[in-house]
Amino acid sequence: MANFVVQFLNGLAGASSLFLVAAGLSLIFGVSRIVNFAHGSLYMLGMYLAWSLTEAFGRGSAFGFWGAVVVAALGVGLAGAAIEVLVLRRIYRAPEMFQLLATFALVLVLKDAALRFWGAEDLLGPRAPGLRGAVDVLGLRVPEYDLFLTAVGPAVLFLLWLLVNRTRFGTLLRASSENRDMVSALGVDQAKLFTAVFFLGSLLAGLGGALQLPREPAQLAIDLPIIADAFVVVVVGGMGSIGGAFVAALLIAEAKAMCIALGDVEILGAVVSFSKLTLAVEFVVMAVVLVLRPWGLAGRPPVSVEGQGAAAPPLAPPGMLFWPTAGLALMAVAFAPLGGDGYALVLLIDISVFALFAVSLHVLMGPAGLVSFGHAAYFGLGAYSAALVFLKLGWPFPAALAAAFAGGGVFALLFGWFCVRLSGVYLAMLTLAFAQIAWSVVHQWDEFTGGSNGLIGVWPPEALKDRTLFFWAVLAPCAAGIGLMWRVVHAPFGLALRAARDNELRAAAIGIDARKIRWIAFAAAGALAGLAGGLFAFSKGSVSPEAMGVARSVDGLVMVLLGGVNTLAGAVAGAAGFTLLQDELARSTDYWRAALGATILALVLAFPEGIVGAFKRGGRRAGSVR
Amino acid sequence: MSNANMPKLPARRALIAAIAAFALPGVALAQEPIKIGEMNSYKIFAAFLEPYKKGMELAVDEINAAGGVLGRKIEIVSRDDNGQPADAVRVAEELLTREKAAFLIGTFPSNVGLAVASFAKERKVLFIAAEPLTDKIVWDQGNRYTFRLRASTYMQTAMLVPEATKRPHKRWAIVYPNYEYGQAATAAFKQLIKQKQPDAEFVVEQATPLGRIEAGPVADAIAAARPDAIFSSLFGADLAKFVREGTTRGIFKGVDVFNLLGGEPEYLDPLKDEAPQGWVVTGYPWQDIATPEHAKFRNAYQAKFHDYPRLGSVVGYSVVHSAAAAIRKAGSLDSEKLVAAMKGLMHSTPFGNITYRPQDNQSTMGAYVGKIGLRDGKGVMVDWHYADGAAYLPSDAEVAKIRPAE
Repeated sequence: MANFVVQFLNGLAGASSLFLVAAGLSLIFGVSRIVNFAHGSLYMLGMYLAWSLTEAFGRGSAFGFWGAVVVAALGVGLAGAAIEVLVLRRIYRAPEMFQLLATFALVLVLKDAALRFWGAEDLLGPRAPGLRGAVDVLGLRVPEYDLFLTAVGPAVLFLLWLLVNRTRFGTLLRASSENRDMVSALGVDQAKLFTAVFFLGSLLAGLGGALQLPREPAQLAIDLPIIADAFVVVVVGGMGSIGGAFVAALLIAEAKAMCIALGDVEILGAVVSFSKLTLAVEFVVMAVVLVLRPWGLAGRPPVSVEGQGAAAPPLAPPGMLFWPTAGLALMAVAFAPLGGDGYALVLLIDISVFALFAVSLHVLMGPAGLVSFGHAAYFGLGAYSAALVFLKLGWPFPAALAAAFAGGGVFALLFGWFCVRLSGVYLAMLTLAFAQIAWSVVHQWDEFTGGSNGLIGVWPPEALKDRTLFFWAVLAPCAAGIGLMWRVVHAPFGLALRAARDNELRAAAIGIDARKIRWIAFAAAGALAGLAGGLFAFSKGSVSPEAMGVARSVDGLVMVLLGGVNTLAGAVAGAAGFTLLQDELARSTDYWRAALGATILALVLAFPEGIVGAFKRGGRRAGSVR
Repeated sequence: MSNANMPKLPARRALIAAIAAFALPGVALAQEPIKIGEMNSYKIFAAFLEPYKKGMELAVDEINAAGGVLGRKIEIVSRDDNGQPADAVRVAEELLTREKAAFLIGTFPSNVGLAVASFAKERKVLFIAAEPLTDKIVWDQGNRYTFRLRASTYMQTAMLVPEATKRPHKRWAIVYPNYEYGQAATAAFKQLIKQKQPDAEFVVEQATPLGRIEAGPVADAIAAARPDAIFSSLFGADLAKFVREGTTRGIFKGVDVFNLLGGEPEYLDPLKDEAPQGWVVTGYPWQDIATPEHAKFRNAYQAKFHDYPRLGSVVGYSVVHSAAAAIRKAGSLDSEKLVAAMKGLMHSTPFGNITYRPQDNQSTMGAYVGKIGLRDGKGVMVDWHYADGAAYLPSDAEVAKIRPAE
């Protein structure tokens, strides 16, 4: 029992840490509607800054640490404000997803910047002066610093509440999150308001990072896990609700602490390891909350917007030259390797696979209007399905591919049923939750999936050992899949998807069952992603949990957004561009992540509609009066 | 190529041309370095791999200064694999096809090592896995083309077991990072302890997400089970967090702690004066190893980089020497000849001589076992001894059972 009390206290301290990051993210989202991927990087920056400042001010002294915390938080706040002024302000009018892409590019840049300045080694900060010891609680010892953290969370919550509800600034914040244009019309300088919000939100991230320094070393790998945690807390609490975020942080931190406290428990004769559950417990909590309460604990359903922005122009029917051009392009790709070396083939195989993956995601993000943060789940589940039937049942290559298609499709059908009930960021986060849960099962189910090592030895059959032949064997299903998707998008089904996306009410009025067609689209996209995954497994000879990790999902998003979310060709171009860019940059510079981020940033600022989107817009402008 | 001082006499020119025609192809061949493809997760495990890269550079300098191998210089072509098996296989393809690398070395995490091992078998090309600790790479999933340098998870665990059984511990707590390395270490440890002390009990087991341990709750959960000893395979940030939270909570008082890899400078140094004294660890006491081969290595390393060597430096340095020794012994870059040369290959490393065992392609490189102490406010290893890898490998009969036939 004492154990559980102490673990409960641990949970409270953990909740405070979580809340600080999540509160900043929620604040920024509430006002600017920007989903700031770089929030975790700002947290990381807070840790590093606090470390350096502590060293500079004197490691042992009280001012050394506490002064460093304050200065680091302010510094990160300024960095956030600078990001708003220099980057985000220029793209407020671009589609939401582009802002996401820009903040993701910042993640890459900030990570390499930290590597450049602070190096690769973990930097352990000092213990907090004045709070080094522990106090006895029921015979177990609770660190003083944990008790301090436990108090910080509610204190920050209270201050934020005062700020939002009792000051003019807070009134403007609330007004701006309800109706931006109205606030602007009343003469409030939006730009200043947004900069101030970014300063405050980033300051909270920096403070969270700096206060974590006595508990864990500053390290480069912290950014993505932290942003994932913060997203989960914000979404579980309800986007934009600070109080909700607090409750959610408490719920998740306590769930984690209790899983650890339970350890291995025998249930009905089987040993269940709750400590292993910590790998995904926050995502389990999020999935449950979102299935039961689609807008989080304290969130309100979004006001139904009559068509998010202007309805997209109708799809132009293919011109006379479309099919010949597409056919020629395919032939050109198919025979391209005859001129290149062996590695060109490898890249072409990768590009084909990722093009199919990106197109399947495009169908969700473009025509269906469903943003998925977890599309790699179906890619990975397809890859595992293929590998499993190939290795364990000895199925041949084509049958394994069919299994990949079916595997991706079946799971998309299952998860999709829950996902299509939601919309916007909530939907995106539920897809992420399912992806993370699937990942953690695959990661830990040693006997069946090979655990963290994955399944190894998935090579193509003897007849396809020649890599040109194998490339054709990959290209054919990829091209067929992409062609099929093109057909679907232009068929009445695709038009219905677009109708439901642009105006759900009117679509419903003409008899379109939006939920049902979205579900079908979700499953179809999952099946094709699964097929891509199966081909991927055979081209690499193995499949491991990374195939379905967050990073792969984000890669997919970047490909689709880079090419332009409104065109199917954009996804193909994005996949090719991203693969080649990554390959080229990785070889030419040690800081390829920063280079990639800078390139993405430049593209986003120059072409807010994506590469292919910009070309199309150019073409339209030339031919029509607007 | 014009030289103002050279008289432009036709006869002289003809002579030079003749000599050039005769000698140049040979010169060109001699100048073309032997390329060795290397891939690693430089960005993800940077703390280990930056010193590793320096170790490789030092070895390349030494080998080339001594005239290279087969009359040619060697060159390491490195690529980052992002810690992803799929990316590793892609860069491996690139290294072989575009860079024309003779063979492959490197890799860090288990899953990447295993994926490249499978690739090596598929393409029939030599692969010397430098760092992955997974037992599977030479046993369950071993293949003819894959060799491994470092002492494996099983070997290092086996090195700690004699220390762990010096005193009779009844109640064991176990904490490990929740992926292959931690799982394998835990399984091996339990098996070996049970053989020696059948009445030992494992009272609590905590599997923590890699890099994301909830150190406070884990420490409290361990304390609640009242163990007399703890076996941990944590490293990096997880280890630092566990040490600090556990120390604050006083859970290590009167408890013997055994931590795999805990004495490696990469993971010990960030702890500074909080290094947990008395913990029994495997690692690398670079300050105090006085053998001539280590002194020579350490001096050369410090002269070149003005920094002290980490364990990664030794691994990077040794794997390049393994590669060079294999080429020398094979006398050729032919894959099959290289593989044959690797079998039973013996060469010197900073840790002494090692041999790549012919029966399972595992090198006999060992590790240092000792206790953590404090010196000048820094963690060091004390009371250490070198555990030769050869002594901690299973018998040939057992290897034959667990390793697929070639």
